[in-house]
Parts: sequence; structure tokens; C-alpha cells
Amino acid sequence: MRNLKRQLLAGPYILWMAGFIVLPTLVILYYGFTTTSGNFSLLNVTSIAFSVHLKALVLSLKLALSCTVICLVLSYPLAMILNSMKSKSQGLIVFIFILPMWMNFMLRILAWRLLLSNNGVINSLLGALSLPGLDILNTPKAVVFCMVYDFLPFMVLPIYNAMARIQPDIIEAAKDLGAGNITIFFKIIVPLTMSGVISGIIMVFVPALTSFAISDLLGGGKVLLIGNVIEQAFMQEYNWNLGSGLSVVLMVFVIASMALMNSHGDEGGGTFA
Amino acid sequence: MMKKSIERIYLFVIFLFLYLPILVLIVLSFNDSKAKVVWGGFTLRWYRELLANSAIMEAFYTTIFVSLASALIATILGTLASLGIDAMRGRGKAIMLGATNIPLLNADIVTGISMMLLFVRFTRLGLNTVLIAHITFNIPYIILNVLPKLKQRSRTTYEAALDLGATPLYAFFKITWPQILPGVLSGFLMAMTMSLDDFSVTYFTKGAGINTLSTMIYTEMRKGIRPEMYALSTILFIIALILLLFMNFRPAARKERRNP
Amino acid sequence: MSKRLIDLQHISKSYDGQMVLDDLNLYIRENEFLTLLGPSGCGKTTTLRIIGGFETPDTGNVIFDGRDITSLAPNERQLNTVFQKYALFPHMSIAENIAFGLKIRKKSKAYIADKIRYALKLVNLDGFENRSVDSLSGGQQQRIAIARAIVNEPKILLLDEPLGALDLKLRQDMQYELIRLKNELGITFIYVTHDQEEALTMSDTIVVMNQGYIQQIGTPEDIYNEPTNAFVADFIGESNIINGTMLQDRLVRILDVVFPCVDVGFGNDTPVDVVIRPEDVELVEPERGMLQGDVTSLIFKGVHWETEVLANGYEWLVHTTQMHPVGTHVGILVDPYNIQIMNKPESNDEKAVEIDA
Repeated sequence: MRNLKRQLLAGPYILWMAGFIVLPTLVILYYGFTTTSGNFSLLNVTSIAFSVHLKALVLSLKLALSCTVICLVLSYPLAMILNSMKSKSQGLIVFIFILPMWMNFMLRILAWRLLLSNNGVINSLLGALSLPGLDILNTPKAVVFCMVYDFLPFMVLPIYNAMARIQPDIIEAAKDLGAGNITIFFKIIVPLTMSGVISGIIMVFVPALTSFAISDLLGGGKVLLIGNVIEQAFMQEYNWNLGSGLSVVLMVFVIASMALMNSHGDEGGGTFA
Repeated sequence: MMKKSIERIYLFVIFLFLYLPILVLIVLSFNDSKAKVVWGGFTLRWYRELLANSAIMEAFYTTIFVSLASALIATILGTLASLGIDAMRGRGKAIMLGATNIPLLNADIVTGISMMLLFVRFTRLGLNTVLIAHITFNIPYIILNVLPKLKQRSRTTYEAALDLGATPLYAFFKITWPQILPGVLSGFLMAMTMSLDDFSVTYFTKGAGINTLSTMIYTEMRKGIRPEMYALSTILFIIALILLLFMNFRPAARKERRNP
Repeated sequence: MSKRLIDLQHISKSYDGQMVLDDLNLYIRENEFLTLLGPSGCGKTTTLRIIGGFETPDTGNVIFDGRDITSLAPNERQLNTVFQKYALFPHMSIAENIAFGLKIRKKSKAYIADKIRYALKLVNLDGFENRSVDSLSGGQQQRIAIARAIVNEPKILLLDEPLGALDLKLRQDMQYELIRLKNELGITFIYVTHDQEEALTMSDTIVVMNQGYIQQIGTPEDIYNEPTNAFVADFIGESNIINGTMLQDRLVRILDVVFPCVDVGFGNDTPVDVVIRPEDVELVEPERGMLQGDVTSLIFKGVHWETEVLANGYEWLVHTTQMHPVGTHVGILVDPYNIQIMNKPESNDEKAVEIDA
């Protein structure tokens, strides 16, 4: 009985969730599947097939995928190096690699705009060395660049955590049984860090897929992602039904990508450990 | 040795990638020139202009208020919820844990939009709606930090307190609370930083005239970049540095790390 | 005697300026069950890790079968280790764990399948092939760790406190299992433990270590009956260690009483440590005793009574099968063969210490 009383402590949270998670989800579904006059319609959802929308979705998927792959390729060696450091300096170095993530999201975008612009810092440096300038601002490349910068820590941390959890004697046991460094890497380290890799992929892919601010500020209006389409439907065209319908499609993609990733790992554990 | 130096170089390149943008912002904040890449001498002008800019300062105060208030309320709701969830078993618990993950994994833009759609039906968008939205996405961070501490705590000490004549409430505050406090604190700090950094949810749930720093900078950047922004970046970087140092190197966190 | 399989020559090792092993010399014969025994920090695990290749000694050589293997990596050595905390690969099934080393050696599928079956049978876990690691108990995991090591047919099996995490009953069962395994496999076992009972039960040879030095090497009987110094006497079983003076050969004075003994070669009037095991002290009627005292404490231990007798200012620890109530006036009798004479410690590591191992 005492136990039941304690369970009631979750009551306010359950009410809060019902009011601000479940209810809003129902509302967005309602808008997504109705017309402005309130009649049931699939048009908002199926409008994803319009060429503008479809192009934006495909571009979003492409950029999010590139961003995820780059983050993974950069993070895995980084996590290995961090993990191999002497424990004394390790705390400090991990700290150094998390710190930039805590800088305001918008200011990080601002910084990249400064660095990448035509008469910006990177091009001035390249010019001083009489090298050809880099003209990537207002292109998808700049957007991916900034996404990698923003989301890299989300990939590094779960992989690093998974790696730090591997007991040293597991590695020693593999060596003892005759495994060389390559075998240890592929047969022991990679499988044992898989849960971290999967968490990292989800944590990078989802925000990259759904972001609209980065493409808005670094794409110069030329890079239209599905997030931008949705944002414009709400804030410029005031077409809430269309925006909601496209949001529902986006949600489906988010859920599908997570389901796909989770089916590859034994469990999604380790996400925030 | 070869391998070691390759590792060093790799770390350095990533380090450069992470810090070069921040360094540029900091240097520019002291640059007495409107042009981006010309060094016009040292100045504190942009800091003075920043402090004199009432719109930015108001956004700054709003940001601090929203993040502190939302983190505090989320901490109370989340800690209570954790105690409740910890007492649950089986399917009820699984459902609660699954539901807690939704706002963490859902796209920010969808979270923001769905709440906006709900809010406009009942009230006007303003500071309150931003606050509610922030509390909503903050609660899971509290639960994720407090639940593991509840699981780790020794139940026998609580029972020993009851055995020695303590009331459940007294035993909770004297025995359980100190054991979960580190989790509550780190949850609070994590929630606060999530709230400080949020853009998308705030963008959709705020009313006209209300701005946090994120939405403010967003609007400004669409118009063009003003040097006060560099000064603001520098200040925010230093705040983040201090906060993170506090989180990572406060005595309690140390002790935990030593006896995992 | 069979030939030397491992020869450790002048091995020294220190961490951060702290000496862990100091000029250690030790050889291990083929088909021997050798135990490195000592309290934590005595250097036994470091010695094992140097043999296994997980540590490189600062100085000295490791000779294996006539070949210097000091700088060989663990994966290039013909020996396998059973780790203290099992170190099974959590992402692999039992069969995959056991097959790990064989796959690296590119053995055929049929050979591997045969070996897995054979090894599981050997450790009494037939049919466990497809179980997952987490579904096994500690004792079962330990058996799998052994199976995983022995399928590679190492010449030497290194065991690092393998029974340390098991409960008492299981530990005793596993001791007999290990002896049986060693006999069936006919290979050398090098075993590290801080548990003297484990060492005495299983070993052919025990190496007692303390503070980086070897204190004594011998059979279990030697070590127990004739400890060479106070540390060994104290670490192996319980002892009365008493200050004495060797008057001449075969005559020692303890607590102002002269005892006949069998030891020779200590010189005349030399200060020595005298070791008398509690079960070797006989309690008799006062008038028959070589010295007399009073029982001060009595505890029933099941197989014997643990009795303490205060006699001539020394608190004697005595194990008897007869009960002598507290306050009884008794005589103490010791057979000359049961008196063990040792030189006084010359260094810190040879002294008796309180050990909470």
C-alpha cells in the first residue's frame, strides 16, 4: 500500500505529460489530417510528394546522412584516442572537447558564417597565402560543415562512454588468446561499442534531419530543407494544416530511422549513460 | 612513437576545428573595426554597446529567467516523478520510461510546433508558453539523472532508519535525499543548459515581443551581423566555461567518479 | 626431475618509483602446479603478468622453453591466462568465446566444433554452447574462462586468483576440479592466490612472496612445517612465534626454559625466532609440563578447542581436542621435532605482519 502511495508522486508528471506531450501530439495529428474548414483530408500529408517538398526532404536526408557519416568517421578515432589517454589528463581533455557544445547554438552558427563568408577569416587566410578562396557559404556544404560542428559531441560522447566501459582485462584476454590489434579492433572493440555508435547516430541524424536554423542562416535562402518548408508553412504562409501534415511525415521519418537503428543494436542503452 | 604523434596531430586538428570559430568571435569582440578581418586596434566599445542595447539585455534576462525557472520547476516535478516511477514495477514502469524518452528523441521542431498549436487554442503565446514548453522538455533530463541514483541507493539504510524509529518522511529527508542529491543537482544543471541553448522550441512557442538570446540572435543574423554579437559570444562562452567547470569539478562529482 | 619450462632471471619491476619486484629468480618445471602465494601488493600478480606478457620487466629475462620471450607480445606466447574476473567476451555466445583463439589460429570448422564439445565436457558444462555469457553464474563463467584458455593447448596455464570471486563451497569444489583438470591435461599451471588453504590443497610447489621478494619456495609440507622466517610462519596457518636463544646445536631457550630441539647450525647463544604450531602444543597435568600456566580463553571451533594459555609471560595459542575450562592450571609440553628455529628477520619483508587477506 505504501508503495502505491509513493507511485502517486508521479501523478503531477503524468498530468503534465498528458497535457503537454500527448495532447499537443493529438492536436498536430488533427491539423495534419484536416483541411482549414475542419474536414478530414490526406492532402497535407500526401503533399510531401509535391516536387518542392520532395526535393527538400531528399536534400534533408542527404545532408543529414553526410553529416552523420562525417561525425562518425571523425568521432570514432577521437573516442579511441581519448580513451587511451592516461586517466589523469583524460578528464581535462574530454572537458575541452565538450566545452564548445555549451556555447549558444546560434552563436556557433554565427561563428561559421564569419569564418566561411567570401571576405571572411578563412578566405583572408587563404588569400594571404595566395591560395584560391573557398566559396562554400550559401551552399549545402556550409550547412553540413556547421551541422558537423554542432552535433559532433553527440557522436563522440556515447562512443567514448561505450569505449570507457570496456574492461581492460577483456582486451588482455583477447591478446592472450592470440588476437592481434586488428582482430581486437574488429572482433572486440567495434562490437562492444556498437550501442554507443547507434546512440550517436540517432542523436546526430535526428537533429540534422529536422534542423531549419542552420540552413536558413548559412544557406542564404538557397538551401531548402524539410525543416525550412515546415517553418515557412507556419510562420510565413500561416498554413497550419500543411505544416502539420508535413510535420507528421517528418515524425514518421524520425521514428523509422530510430527503429531502423535500434533493430541493429541489441538495445538502445547507453544513450545518456 | 609514430602512432603517438599521429594521434597528437589528429587531436590538434579536431581541437582547431572546435575552437577556431570561438577564438575568431572572441578576437573580433575586441576589434575596433567594423570590417571583419581588419584589425583596427583593441577596444571595449562592443561590450559597452552591448550593455547599452536594451533589446539584447532584455533577451539576456529573459533567457536567464526562463532557464532557471524552467529548470527549477522541472526539477521538482521530475524528482517527484522519479520517486513514483521507482516505486512502480513491470509494465507501468516500462510505459513511464518509454514516455519519458519521447521529448528527448522527438525532433525539436515538431515538439515546438505541436505545443504552439495547443497553446494558441487556449491562450496567447508569451513568456508563460515558453516557460511551459521548456519545463516539458527539461523534465526527462531530471528523471534520467535521478532514477539511476534511486536505483543505486541502498534500501537497507532507509529501512534501518525506519527501524530506529524515523517516520517515512523524516527517513526520506535524512537518508534517501542526500543519496539522490547529486543526481538532482546534475539534472538541474543539465536542464538549465538545455534550456539556455534551445532555439527551435522557443521560436515556435514565444509570442511577439518576447525573445530569448537564441531567437534574438536568429532575428538579428537574418538582418546582418552586429559586432555586439561578438561581445555577447565572448561573455556567453565564459559563462559556459564557468558552469561546466563547476559541474565537472565540484567535489561531489569527484567523489562519484572515484567510486563508480 | 622434468625440465625447466619457464626461467625468470633477475626480474625487476617498479611503478612510479615504487619497487614491486626486486631481482626475482624463479624456475618452473614442466607439468608442475606452482602457486605464487602472498598478501596483496607482494608482487605475485605482477610476476604472473610478466610471464603472460602483459607487463615488461624493467630488467631481467623471461626464458620459455630455452627461448628468450621477454619482449614478445601476449598474442605471440604459447601460454594462456584465466583472468580473475573471467573476462569473457560479453557480446559472444559461449561457443564463440571458446572458439575465439582457435579461429585466430585458422583451425577448421570441424576441429573447432570438436574442441568446443571436448572443452565443455572437460569443465562439466556440456550443452552450454549457445548460452549467453550473462545467463551463467560466476562459477560457470569461471569454467568457461578455463575452457576458453585450454582449447588452445597452451603449454602453461596462468591463473590469476581465479576462485577469488566465488563463495566458499564452490571454491572448495573448484579446487578439486582444477587438480583433476591439471592431471588430465598434463600441462603446467601457474596459480596466483592470497589464500593459503587453496595453495596448500592444490600445489606441487608454493612460492611465498612478500614486498617483492621470494620468501620461501617449497612443497606445501615444507612450507607449513619448516617456514624459513617469521613472515612465512605467520602467513601460512597460525603460529606461536616466540623470541628465543639458540644455546648450542639441538638446544634452545624460550621464556627462560631450555627446550631440546632438532635444529643445528645456528651457532652458540644466537638470538632466533622459534615457531611452534598451535596443534603441536600439548596440554598436560601441571607437574608433567616443561612450563606451567593458566587457561585464559577457550573457544569451540568444531574440530578443536582454541585455547589460550598464559605461561611465563607469553600467551600461547593451543589447539586441543580436550576441553580445559578457563582458569585451569595446566602444563605445556612440546615435542622436539615440532620446534622450528628461524634466524631473526634481516629485512622488513621477512617479518611477521598482520594480514587481513
